[in-house]
Amino acid sequence: MTPAVTTGVWADVVGQPEAVRVLLEAARAALHFTSGRSAAPGAMTHAWLFTGPPGSGRSVAARSFAAALQCTGDAEEPGCGECSACRTAVAGTHADVRVVVPEGLSISVSEMRSLVQVAARRPTTGRWQVVLIEDADRLTEGAANALLKAVEEPPARTVFLLCAPSDHPDDVSVTIRSRCRVLSLGTPSPAAIADVLHRRDGLDPQTAEWAASVCGGHVGRARRLATDDEARRRRESVLRIPLGLRRFADVFPASDDLVRSAESEAKTVSGTLDEAEREALQTAMGAGGTGKGTASATRGAKGALKDLERRQKSRATRTQRDALDRALVDLAGFYRDVLLAAFGADAPLAHPDKAEDVRAAAGQWTPESALRRLEAVLACREALDMNVKPRIAVEALVTALHTGR
Amino acid sequence: MSAPAVTPDPLHLVLGEEELLVERAVRAALEAARLADPEAELRRVRVTEITPAELAEMLSPSLFAEGRVVVLDAAQEVGKEIAEAVTTYAKQPADGVVLVVVHTGGGRSKAAKDLPGALRKAGARLTECAKITKPSEREAFVRDEVRRAGGRIDPAGVAALVEAVGQDLRELASAAGQLVADAGGKIGEAEVRRYHRGRAEVTGFVVAEKAVTGDRVGALEALRWALHLGVAHVLIADALADAVRTIARVSAVGRADPFRLAGELGMPPWKVKKAQAQARGWNQDGLAAAMQVVADLNAEVKGVAADPGYALERAVLRILDAHQPR
Repeated sequence: MTPAVTTGVWADVVGQPEAVRVLLEAARAALHFTSGRSAAPGAMTHAWLFTGPPGSGRSVAARSFAAALQCTGDAEEPGCGECSACRTAVAGTHADVRVVVPEGLSISVSEMRSLVQVAARRPTTGRWQVVLIEDADRLTEGAANALLKAVEEPPARTVFLLCAPSDHPDDVSVTIRSRCRVLSLGTPSPAAIADVLHRRDGLDPQTAEWAASVCGGHVGRARRLATDDEARRRRESVLRIPLGLRRFADVFPASDDLVRSAESEAKTVSGTLDEAEREALQTAMGAGGTGKGTASATRGAKGALKDLERRQKSRATRTQRDALDRALVDLAGFYRDVLLAAFGADAPLAHPDKAEDVRAAAGQWTPESALRRLEAVLACREALDMNVKPRIAVEALVTALHTGR
Repeated sequence: MSAPAVTPDPLHLVLGEEELLVERAVRAALEAARLADPEAELRRVRVTEITPAELAEMLSPSLFAEGRVVVLDAAQEVGKEIAEAVTTYAKQPADGVVLVVVHTGGGRSKAAKDLPGALRKAGARLTECAKITKPSEREAFVRDEVRRAGGRIDPAGVAALVEAVGQDLRELASAAGQLVADAGGKIGEAEVRRYHRGRAEVTGFVVAEKAVTGDRVGALEALRWALHLGVAHVLIADALADAVRTIARVSAVGRADPFRLAGELGMPPWKVKKAQAQARGWNQDGLAAAMQVVADLNAEVKGVAADPGYALERAVLRILDAHQPR
């Protein structure tokens, strides 16, 4: 096997040497194809589906691939990371790279319809018209169907890049999946994460190693934990819950804590964005203007504002759910560790820095009850996904964590 | 024309939002004016629809001294100019003109908020028509209605009537009048039941309260009524969840003064008190099970269950099973 490529845009794709090799080969074939030379058959295709666990870098890999397709630098190593095409593609400002990043709970069908129109155009400055959909699992059924035809037979120079946690029908409909080439990413190793934190983000090796060991293979989370005090504090308070539930009365403060910290996280996001977005839209719709015609110009602004507010609300719900989900994943990791300790397995722990708590818990609980608690956490994640009120779901969860039945 | 036997109050202030009572107060003022002058005409306008000049014209005595009743509706939306005109007039009311100002007691502008106070100071006759919210007030209203119609009603009859007709005062008033006319003077539960069947309103809270107090028959009956009346499944599920969680929270902190706990738990004292009473029927295991039930139910009514009505009924039965005296 050729040595792993870690230069140019590929440096950001952490711990995925196999995927990088496939993508690089495809980018090379694409380059040959567009410049009229004979390309390696089957290396390049028009639709890709990037799958992998959260944090494995699906969207980063897709963006790097998009950059490599547009790269105007080195002919043999597309994705130099130096040329303007690479830079703009990675930053999401390239004219021929359309990036869809859903901030709300789902991607609507109208959004997809307009995207399909864009996808039908020829590239303007670059070599390919690239359409990148992060979180393709958030496509509604209608949106997926709207996309289907375009993915099935795109114009000659259009490439679809979809990202989803897995190619399971729950995430991506089978009809879309069957028209894409699936590229699955694995969980990056702690060593690779620590390395990238150290190299790219300039963190000291110790912090980088610690963050890499507790992040559960999630690169973004590792960076967050290493750089954000608040995130570290939240993790600590979440991991204190399992052993802190001594009496029934402890249930409610603990669940209050979980829900409230998620709410405050959502509030921070909306606090920084909402008002600014509102004002920008109002200005764009002509608010504050004077003179003839301003009244009629602002007449239609109410509807647009309402629309913005609806989107902001959807974003707030999503932020809150994501924050809660992170906490639940940390909790699930703890109970997994307890199970490992109970059975004496020597697999690496999800929270190596909490090894003592884990041993204490393994001494207190039977493996059955630890497993029941783990299942309660996972059931709660599912319930939140099903739109159950966070407070009700979390209180039921923490009660189950307390009783262990 | 003979001299009037009584002089009507020249200034009335009707304060409050209960529509039926407001209407009655206005009618009473009109009747009092007609007692003095049977020819008195009624003029009714919203304050937002007139100019100060029109108001002045309306409030000035007519050439032939006919009586007049001017009703200013929705005075809480009054502008500054009209408010000033009204208060100036109130200090020196004209002969033969009765001014009735209808005000909800709220209002956005300062002029609108200050108007009731100014009128009161000017000696306006005040009729309070505050919204009836408490059950005891509503029962008193029903008793009064029956008495007005010339009958009598016992407490069981009142309860039955409110349950069957609902909370709307207009409907209660007409039902009370009709009952007196149909059943004669004395009304008991049997008389009410002869003419009214079923229930007008069952909220999720009624279902929840019966479920957490272990009233199996009552809870299922209330649930069926609520579903029959079209109460949203989600609302019933939320009420159940809230009832169970409140009991769990209150019983978790143990017995203590409800007023102190209220601040600690962030709920009103009456809620704490009620939950403390309900908590007697629950032990910890039962509460844990019930909390799981309501959490599952929340997902079920939001599309997981094929039939949300069935899911609700099953959840209520499970909560009843979990309910056991400690």
